[in-house]
Amino acid sequence: MPEIRLKIQHKAGLHARPAAMFVQTANKYKAAIKVRHGEREANAKSIMGILTLGASQGAEVTVHAEGSDAEQALSGLRELVESNFGEQS
Amino acid sequence: MKILKGIPASSGISIGPAFQFKKGEIHIPRHQVEDPAPEIQRFEAALEQARQELAQVLEKAQAETDAGTASIFEAHALMLEDPDFLAAIQEKINDRALNAEAAVADATETYAQMLDAMEDEYLKARAADIRDVGMRVVRILLKIGDSPTSGLEKPAVILADELTPSDTITLDKSLVLGFCTAGGGPVAHVAILARELGLPAVVGMGSDILDIPDLTEVVVDGDEGTLLVEPDQATVANKRAQAESQLEKGAEARKHAKEPAVTRDGHQVEVVANIGNVEGAKVALQSGAEGVGLLRTEFLYLERTHMPDEEEQYQAYQAILETFGRLPVILRTLDIGGDKNLPYLSLPEEMNPFLGLRAIRLCLTRPEIFKPQLKAALRASTGHNLKLMFPMVATVAEVRAAKVILEECRGDLSGSGQTMADHIEIGIMVEIPAAVITADQLAAEVDFFSIGTNDLSQYTMAADRTSSSVSALANAFQPAVLRLVRDIVDTAHQHGKWVGMCGELAGEPLAIPLLLGLGLDELSMNPPAIPLAKQIIRSLTLKEARGIAQAALDLDSPEGVRSWLESKYPL
Repeated sequence: MPEIRLKIQHKAGLHARPAAMFVQTANKYKAAIKVRHGEREANAKSIMGILTLGASQGAEVTVHAEGSDAEQALSGLRELVESNFGEQS
Repeated sequence: MKILKGIPASSGISIGPAFQFKKGEIHIPRHQVEDPAPEIQRFEAALEQARQELAQVLEKAQAETDAGTASIFEAHALMLEDPDFLAAIQEKINDRALNAEAAVADATETYAQMLDAMEDEYLKARAADIRDVGMRVVRILLKIGDSPTSGLEKPAVILADELTPSDTITLDKSLVLGFCTAGGGPVAHVAILARELGLPAVVGMGSDILDIPDLTEVVVDGDEGTLLVEPDQATVANKRAQAESQLEKGAEARKHAKEPAVTRDGHQVEVVANIGNVEGAKVALQSGAEGVGLLRTEFLYLERTHMPDEEEQYQAYQAILETFGRLPVILRTLDIGGDKNLPYLSLPEEMNPFLGLRAIRLCLTRPEIFKPQLKAALRASTGHNLKLMFPMVATVAEVRAAKVILEECRGDLSGSGQTMADHIEIGIMVEIPAAVITADQLAAEVDFFSIGTNDLSQYTMAADRTSSSVSALANAFQPAVLRLVRDIVDTAHQHGKWVGMCGELAGEPLAIPLLLGLGLDELSMNPPAIPLAKQIIRSLTLKEARGIAQAALDLDSPEGVRSWLESKYPL
């Protein structure tokens, strides 16, 4: 099952606007996507789940996806996070 | 007349009837249903309506407020699409045969409590958002109106336990004179909204305000952070006059809060903020601060059982510096002594704590306290404009010793590959007369000075500012204190160093022309004071201000100085 690690550089962490963008991106894919931060795990399509991960700036999260478009989903999320959610860092 | 106190959240004064906004009246019915299918249908219909309502609220927010407020409702809309949240509600209806209202309320509470339990202040605050969204669905199910102003016929001061983003956006602004909430802090939604609307707000007032009957006459003062209940006529007249003059000046000043403070003859003064935590940082930026002139770091040390470690301090400083980007932030190292009780530092008890082992004196003898703070600050400096300031300096030797320790910290960090800003300006607080007298020598060791008027007054006048019997002596308008201010500015400028002021005097409107005339390069104050201070600077020329200051220095009493300033610049 494909899995990637991502570091959250955005100053707001995976909260606020970045959290919303993350969920909106995940929603574009059919794959079931899980995000893990430490011992917490959440559904990438659940805004409340993502918020309760408590992933602040500098946090590393593991994302894994299952389904026909799993690879695309992971690269879409990677691109979002690595572009710092479309903002200047 | 009764006076209730809270935290000032938005500036201004309003007088009018009180109106209690009670949301607590929603009673959530709870029962078992025989057939879940119709409950699911009710829930889905309510969900659809909530989505539509939210779309309208979002549109209204986008039109009326800034992007930050609007994004709150975008997040709310996402919550109503949240598959886990919706599945949890459906499961409660289908499998546990709960009625829709109770199912929504329970699922909401589960998530809200998860966020409540988080350490991050931002996430804690999001618990209110989730409850807001959940209660919207419940209200629709119960067919209850949701605006704080429903039931209100004429403008009133809204009193509430707390106000959610939905409450504040759906209320009819023409019916609101001000806000007072029992809970909340300076970054509560209501505070942000009130500032946007230019209405006074006081938060964190405690539950006493919830006992005030509707239509009771009240005065809310968002600068003092007070609510006057049933004020006498003289007080009302007095407050009304204050409100009118403030309203005129405040509206004008706030419009231009983010513009620089440049005098009519082109002299610019940096206007920055005194803050004590990351919430203060955000408020400061909104108020037009051009940086931070005094970051008090004591907040990290107080009310706890052990010293904050380097990592915790780093996180805190980093968050504040991020807020300000490349704007200057002056971090004052720990300013603490025998008068503040930090059990874990086991400080010796002293007869005269204000004259004892405190601030830089303490830090120099206790590197295990000083070094983690300096290292945390150095680490956080990467990519930012951090400056360091040592409090309570009396001698050149103290500055040199502090700089040696700072260099050790720098060496340790770069040895382990840590990045940090190449150049960090070093300054001292000028609050002991000795520092003014030897300012020419100190100038060789530092990049800047910042005058702490509260302590400078107390040490100059030998008057304990916490003692009510002599506190009048410890007044920054005392000629002796003003002359020391003049001396430090002159000496510093002769040596090519800049001078700021971060004591209370710097934010006092009456003192601004004087301080401008004395040649201060930077004024640092509590954020709400910033717009007016900038406005006053813009209305003067440096030449006029110099004239005002020159004459003020010849006056022989604080009363004389005050009335001179009042006559030259009536506020």
